[in-house]
Amino acid sequence: MEFFERFAIPHPSPLIYASMVAIGLVSIAIIVGITYFKKWGYLWNEWLTTVDHKKIGIMYIISALLMLFRGGADAIMMRLQTAVPENSFLDAQHYNEVFTTHGVVMIMFMAMPFIIGLMNFIVPLQIGARDVAFPRLNAISFWLFFFGAMLFNLSFVVGGSPDAGWTNYYPLASNEFSPSVGVNYYNWALQISGIGTLMTGINFIATILKMRAPGMKLMKMPMFTWASLLTNVIIVFAFPVLTIALVMGTFDRQFGTHFFTSMNGGMDMMWANLFWVWGHPEVYILILPAFGIYSEIISTFSQRNLYGYKSMVWSMVLISLFSFTVWLHHFFTMGQNAFTNSIFSITTIAIAIPTGIKIFNWLLTMRKGKIRFTVPMLYSIAFIPLFTIGGATGVMLGMASADYQYHNTMFLVAHFHNVIIPGVVFAVLAGFTYWWPKMFGFMLNEKIGKWAFWFLSIGFCLAFFPMYITGLNGQARRMYTYSEATGFGPLNLLSFFGAGLMAIAFVLIVYNVYYSFRHSPRNVGDDPWNARSLEWATHNPVPEYNFAVAPEVKSSEALWDQKKHGHKLFNKEYEEIHMPNKSGVPFIMGVLFFIFGFSFIFAIWLGVILSAIGIFACMIYRTFEQDHGFHISVKEIKETEEKFGGADK
Amino acid sequence: MKLDHSQPLEYSTDQNRLNILGFWIFLGAEIMLFATLFTSYFVYEDRIGSGPSGADIFEITPVLIETIILLTSSFTIGLAIHAMRINRTKAMTVFLGITLLLGAAFLATEIYEFNHYYHIGATLQTSGFTGILLTTLGTHGAHVTLGLFWGAMILIQIMKRGLTPQIANKSFIFSLYWHFLDVVWIFIFSFIYLKGMM
Repeated sequence: MEFFERFAIPHPSPLIYASMVAIGLVSIAIIVGITYFKKWGYLWNEWLTTVDHKKIGIMYIISALLMLFRGGADAIMMRLQTAVPENSFLDAQHYNEVFTTHGVVMIMFMAMPFIIGLMNFIVPLQIGARDVAFPRLNAISFWLFFFGAMLFNLSFVVGGSPDAGWTNYYPLASNEFSPSVGVNYYNWALQISGIGTLMTGINFIATILKMRAPGMKLMKMPMFTWASLLTNVIIVFAFPVLTIALVMGTFDRQFGTHFFTSMNGGMDMMWANLFWVWGHPEVYILILPAFGIYSEIISTFSQRNLYGYKSMVWSMVLISLFSFTVWLHHFFTMGQNAFTNSIFSITTIAIAIPTGIKIFNWLLTMRKGKIRFTVPMLYSIAFIPLFTIGGATGVMLGMASADYQYHNTMFLVAHFHNVIIPGVVFAVLAGFTYWWPKMFGFMLNEKIGKWAFWFLSIGFCLAFFPMYITGLNGQARRMYTYSEATGFGPLNLLSFFGAGLMAIAFVLIVYNVYYSFRHSPRNVGDDPWNARSLEWATHNPVPEYNFAVAPEVKSSEALWDQKKHGHKLFNKEYEEIHMPNKSGVPFIMGVLFFIFGFSFIFAIWLGVILSAIGIFACMIYRTFEQDHGFHISVKEIKETEEKFGGADK
Repeated sequence: MKLDHSQPLEYSTDQNRLNILGFWIFLGAEIMLFATLFTSYFVYEDRIGSGPSGADIFEITPVLIETIILLTSSFTIGLAIHAMRINRTKAMTVFLGITLLLGAAFLATEIYEFNHYYHIGATLQTSGFTGILLTTLGTHGAHVTLGLFWGAMILIQIMKRGLTPQIANKSFIFSLYWHFLDVVWIFIFSFIYLKGMM
């Protein structure tokens, strides 16, 4: 029995037991359901073993949506707890766990996979490639992310959740102040999914640099591809820092080293520095692809070419460089001298310049355009003023001396939600709606989509704008309750109401998927939005091989050239197409990494050793495997193309 | 699979060229990994608590032996790739084998060195300084260990299957990795050992 005691929840509550039962029931329901409908073979052959960038992209997006609801439930719980003064829905410890998991889940397991999912699906299509450079590695990336996310979610019911904030500062995250295994979960879940993300970064840089269609020079890439390229460069240079920081944290907690302690030469500020050297670029990893998505959508629905293409690219390059030079602004108040703070204050505020250039470029793209107010365009239009408010409050926070007033208050919480939600969440929802027909061959219902948009936007304003005020009035972040005398009550209640509207919006979005699946017409054609870039030059949904014939392009708006200027995209005859074989190894490696992480968290060394041997066995199997892929014959391509009714492609 | 005969074997297919580019990008990530370790090392260098400092524990003899062995192995892997380019499989396997033996000798010396630190009371837990020292050296050592297994797998494949474009590609990438570890060692030698002993 002693062995099993370590898995107990250190600080249980009826809510956690209820979720345990719910998780158990849902798992059983899924297993029974798949068995009943005899879908195990389908699941394994079509999804779990796939190396197809399109299916991997869809799996990323499904996982991200699931995590959105997990993180959203956390958010609702926090807003509910603080809705009225002296509330006792959650106690302090639970509140700590909930804001920690909310942050980690939303950043690492919702926003990033959503972005990477869209990138997976769209980037190879936008550059006219058959797949990514390393399809097998891409599958490994996905499964490492997925099992990292599962591992993190397990903490809730086995052993206890992390409770030191998503920034996980030491000494709060040390064994002394966070004695449960929660922070170990944090370390290993982030480590495993981080390795997956790093491989994605390598994969996409190689893909974008080497696999573009003939004629697509770097400065003729669609803007989303440019954004993805720069994002992946940031990933490759930022994630190794996190890897080391997490290793040091793991050593401190599990092997008794003195990296982030206050004894024997340890230095807790080192964690804060390393974390933010990764963490600040990380927020640009989220926002740059979002900028790319908005660029595509705004130009499509304004029916004009993107204003200032070159300045768009250069401003993103500048943002990427600056992203590594501002990390210290996250802790202006933690003991640097005024000179150091000033330097980082200047670099921080300087980022507003390239970002401002982009805002003006989008506005000028819309100027004199024939704007169509579709759902993706609504999100993009709402993004501009809302994100600008978030940016302006960011500049306020960036002033080091003023930051002493704002630091650690709800003002900060309002600021970063104000950039992340209209910036990233609106972008992925816009991209999701915009590229939906590309993925599944039918449109999402516009009417429900617009309802969801309005609920989300109004809900967002109601939820977060009051926090600016309570923050300036001194409400600290991460406090599980407050007294009535503070007067924060009414505004917090308003926030809770706003959060409720946002929750309705997300339910509507999922309902829209169901509704459109049942009722949307299936013959939307290849170009339902009258779009401009190359991904719309193939069929909806995209055939396995993407393009029957490799396209030849001459500008960043290849399809527009074809439609308006008579440029011929597809000039060659059909040829046999080489495709990579599917493989179950990436999934198995994901499972093994899960066991490895889980065993390490609980210091079950036998499990660590056995799963490590398993991981190496998979790698050895891979190196000896002779896998030359397979070919799709010309006959098969012709049949597929005729089915889509497009003989010219 | 289209072979481009104007290129060396390891560059001869599209996938081969992609693999090499991808590995260079991976090495970029590795540079960041070691840069983070070195930065942390410089931070913790003087934070020795009640433990020993670098000058107290570093010994020149094993460090010099390690350096000479690893530099030599970088030379022999270069010879192996040269032999591969002029299509002399036998010579290639011999040089690759020597490289791996030298790698193993390096590792043995490093284990001796770690054992020595352990016995004079400079362990992972002693202080911030010893912790980062052993983590940095250990990360490099773990890379070498992984490289030994990787190289051995490639050696077996060359002997079983001969020099195909795929195996040439793997060998070339392995040589990039091995040279990279040597570069890292030069930094370790200069900025950890020499700086610490001065």
